[in-house]
Amino acid sequence: MDEKELLNRFQAQIDAEIKIEPKDWMPDAYRQTLIRQMSQHAHSEIVGMLPEGNWVTRAPTLKRKAILLAKIQDEAGHGLYLYSATETLGISRQEMIDALHEGRAKYSSVFNYPTLNWADIGAIGWLVDGAAIMNQVALMRTSYGPYSRAMIRICKEESFHQRQGFDILYTLSRGSDEQKAMAQDALNRWWWPSMMMFGPHDSESTHSQQSTKWKIKRKSNDELRQDFVDNSVQQVKVLGLTLPDPDLKWNEERQHYDYGPIDWEEFWAVVKGRGPCNRERIAARKKAYDDGEWVREAALAYAKKKKAKEVLA
Amino acid sequence: MLFEYILQLADNQLILAQRLSELCGHGPALEQDIAITNISLDLIGQSRLLFQYAGKLDEQHRNEDQLAFLRPEKEYRNLLLVEQPNRDFAHVVLRQYLFDEFNFLNYSGLTNSKDEELAAIATKSLMEVKYHLRFSKNWVLRLGDGTAISHRKMQDALNNLWMYAGEMFEKTAIERDLVKAGIAVDVEQLMPTWKESVMSTLKEATLNIPEGGWYQSGGKKGVHSEHLGHLLAEMQFMQRAYPNLTW
Amino acid sequence: MSTKKDWPLWEVFIASKRGLNHKHVGSLHAADAEMALENARDVYTRRKEGESIWVVESKFIFASNPEDNDAFFEPAKNKVYRHPTFYDLPDEVNKM
Repeated sequence: MDEKELLNRFQAQIDAEIKIEPKDWMPDAYRQTLIRQMSQHAHSEIVGMLPEGNWVTRAPTLKRKAILLAKIQDEAGHGLYLYSATETLGISRQEMIDALHEGRAKYSSVFNYPTLNWADIGAIGWLVDGAAIMNQVALMRTSYGPYSRAMIRICKEESFHQRQGFDILYTLSRGSDEQKAMAQDALNRWWWPSMMMFGPHDSESTHSQQSTKWKIKRKSNDELRQDFVDNSVQQVKVLGLTLPDPDLKWNEERQHYDYGPIDWEEFWAVVKGRGPCNRERIAARKKAYDDGEWVREAALAYAKKKKAKEVLA
Repeated sequence: MLFEYILQLADNQLILAQRLSELCGHGPALEQDIAITNISLDLIGQSRLLFQYAGKLDEQHRNEDQLAFLRPEKEYRNLLLVEQPNRDFAHVVLRQYLFDEFNFLNYSGLTNSKDEELAAIATKSLMEVKYHLRFSKNWVLRLGDGTAISHRKMQDALNNLWMYAGEMFEKTAIERDLVKAGIAVDVEQLMPTWKESVMSTLKEATLNIPEGGWYQSGGKKGVHSEHLGHLLAEMQFMQRAYPNLTW
Repeated sequence: MSTKKDWPLWEVFIASKRGLNHKHVGSLHAADAEMALENARDVYTRRKEGESIWVVESKFIFASNPEDNDAFFEPAKNKVYRHPTFYDLPDEVNKM
């Protein structure tokens, strides 16, 4: 079969909602797009552990400490599922991690913002995980089998993440003035970065069209962002807090909330490495990895010795 | 009296869990990050059961968080061993292993405690600790008998931590009375079994017991190393900075 | 560029209950089989998903090739008589 026939068959498979599996023929650009997007997604889970990890040792109660630890651990698990799924495309975890550490791979920019008070843990759960879940639910139907299966597993496990975040904010919103101020401060700082998580407007998004045709992406950036706004405006009322956007207004005609302009200059600055914590996040990941090198090597050496002994025995 | 004994058990689990939680997101491999966090979660769970029980016996009716977060340093009765910092993964693994061997024997004994609630907590915790022991023992073997570098780091960790191990087998006056009542475990009697298991693992891991023996203790009496103060300052921060609030 | 060596990749199979099949759930990295088993327990059964775990190093999996699917699986499709629904039974016969 020539390339054109293969391509037609491939597209027909996608159009018929038949999942693409690792050993199937696929266009190189499809493979590369997936590697880029999936590894980026995996890196986001791993780097995303750091801002929340910043509060594990200071969580205010034992229950909160346990919940937060379990949640961050889930993120490690999700990173692992995604790295594994990406490995089916013929790239090793090592190569992906090298790319992250050398600045060749991206991760969600939202994790380059600092966690400054306890309420930030609530805001991350409610807004950042809330935004992530919008995207992830859509991705359960993505065309690449291993990616789709990883997302199904992840979504099942993530369902408590957003709730625990909301629960933290809800508790604070009914607490002392200090606690309410803490919660509001966290929302003020996390709202816009969360809005930016959906990426550039559809009109500006470079990868969107092809990804949609290949059903890697199932909903556009702006559609997802709108869902997120509509949900959040309803939920913030329960908290009695305010989202920091004076332009938020119900639009009867669109049957959606309108929202104010997003500061894309800030977005691009953070993406390009000039956010508050970019350097620290990568430095922390690199340090963990470098510090772990002797451990990983020793485990391999020990496995080899043990195998040699078994052969002798 | 029973109250103090339970706090001492709870403090060991809590302080070690706090140390392990510092590693979350910074482990040597993704899989090990997840494993260490699992152990930390188990230990937090165990400490909560114990603090909740202690709270029921407390004359001041403190809840689990007041007990965990709002005591002054010298009222913490955990072993010096568990408060030692995560200098590197060798220290983490060895600290865990030395404690797991003890924790396993101690909980095993407590499953026969005449205090039913304590026995129930021990039975539940024992399952978890069995796994911790399997995990930490395997890692002691891997790193002790891995590469030249890992061997050196493990020997170094053993040299630093061994002096604290003896404290596990020191019996306090409270324990003496509770042992007579059939409630507490006689830690002195755990020592030979502990030593036998540990010696055999260390031998297999090609590690040598340092000279000088066991000579550091104090945690069970509330006299700690310099490290605990910093750990508590961090752990207690929210409860100290914003007292009497619901989180 | 990198001399660093990853731990080998392992595939993980979990039986959610006694008596059920082991199902593929994903993969992970581990230096040896014992570690793979422990890692699988920690990674894939955080929510009590399993009662039994198998791990096998990924390189030992030999898989069919989708290119061969016609020859492999088409013939089975033609044997509709292997399925109970192929047979129309008189209404009087229920439960068979």
